[in-house]
Amino acid sequence: MLQKIYDWVDERLDITPIWRDIADHEVPEHVNPAHHFSAFVYCFGGLTFFVTVIQVLSGMFLTMYYVPDIENAWNSVQYLQSQVAHGQIVRGMHHWGASVVIVMIFLHTLRVFFQGAYKKPRELNWVVGVLLFFVMFGLGFTGYLLPWDNKAFFATQVGLEIAESVPVIGTDIKTLLAGDPDIVGAQTLTRFFAIHVFFLPAALFGLMALHFIMIRRQGISGPL
Amino acid sequence: MSEKKNNQVSRRQFLNYTLTGVGGFMGAAMVAPMVGMAVDPLLKADGSDDFQYVMDVDEITDEPQRKTFYIDQQDGWYDTEAERTAWIYRDENGDILALSPICTHLGCVVDWETGDHGNEFFCPCHYGRYDQNGVNIPGTPPEGPLHAYEYQIEDGRLYLGRANPREGA
Repeated sequence: MLQKIYDWVDERLDITPIWRDIADHEVPEHVNPAHHFSAFVYCFGGLTFFVTVIQVLSGMFLTMYYVPDIENAWNSVQYLQSQVAHGQIVRGMHHWGASVVIVMIFLHTLRVFFQGAYKKPRELNWVVGVLLFFVMFGLGFTGYLLPWDNKAFFATQVGLEIAESVPVIGTDIKTLLAGDPDIVGAQTLTRFFAIHVFFLPAALFGLMALHFIMIRRQGISGPL
Repeated sequence: MSEKKNNQVSRRQFLNYTLTGVGGFMGAAMVAPMVGMAVDPLLKADGSDDFQYVMDVDEITDEPQRKTFYIDQQDGWYDTEAERTAWIYRDENGDILALSPICTHLGCVVDWETGDHGNEFFCPCHYGRYDQNGVNIPGTPPEGPLHAYEYQIEDGRLYLGRANPREGA
């Protein structure tokens, strides 16, 4: 049955080359942990992607309950955490995943760095990777505020003051991020929410596409 | 006429220019209002310059007194009252000084004469110290003096406004 559906579509749209391009490629021996156990270091990039998928999915479901408003944000989180079926699990995935994804992306960066895999011709992919790292940090920073508890509030206060310490334009950066020169409040929360769920994910998807296209184009770097 | 053709804009160039121009204009017209929305906080005037009554002038002594007061704060679509604290006293010259207790190092709250820090403002977070004028003591973490509130006096009543940075050590 499934085969018939596939054939029907393939006959019209010729989709086989598309998924072959995406999914059908050999894993070289030197990056396959089944051959050399030490090759597990090559998994960190894929694990970063895997956790990112978890983050995107769990985040989508969290927004079914979350309200980015200073009077309701904490209550909505409290509600989804304590009253909603599996809410605690989904928020837990998003909460812990946020840390795991940073750890994974860091290990991935270390592997690429110490293997010298960033060298010609892969310099551009290193640059895109560093941008991805920054986007991840941005997601962590903006997401941290959203539960709107004391920890979130004061962490953001500190983060904004760090931004403010930038020479010359620091104050403007802080105002742009917080939505107000003095207050960390209603407009800060809506801004961080918008940045967290729309702006940065858009940047993340674009950069990830570039990252993966470049990997496919250049292949994995050779054995040490 | 025909030998001049080289200097003329070709049909292809003309179309390229006009399409790029029109496309650029349409793109800019689309993005400009969105960017305006995003940078709105930078365009807004700085917060209110309201002054709030804090205490009577004849209650002010040489010893710093801790006073709390409330300012009307407009946080987007929320009108709220925000608590402010000031250390109020007269300095050696008899001038009124109303200092913000926010440490200029990393934003903790300083206290007057705690523990064995006599005649000083002290911040417990990283042992920041300020002298009796609220000026940071060199060699301690703060990089500037405690901010001072703008003040007004009407009918012997002290009103405080914004806290501003001061020049100092």
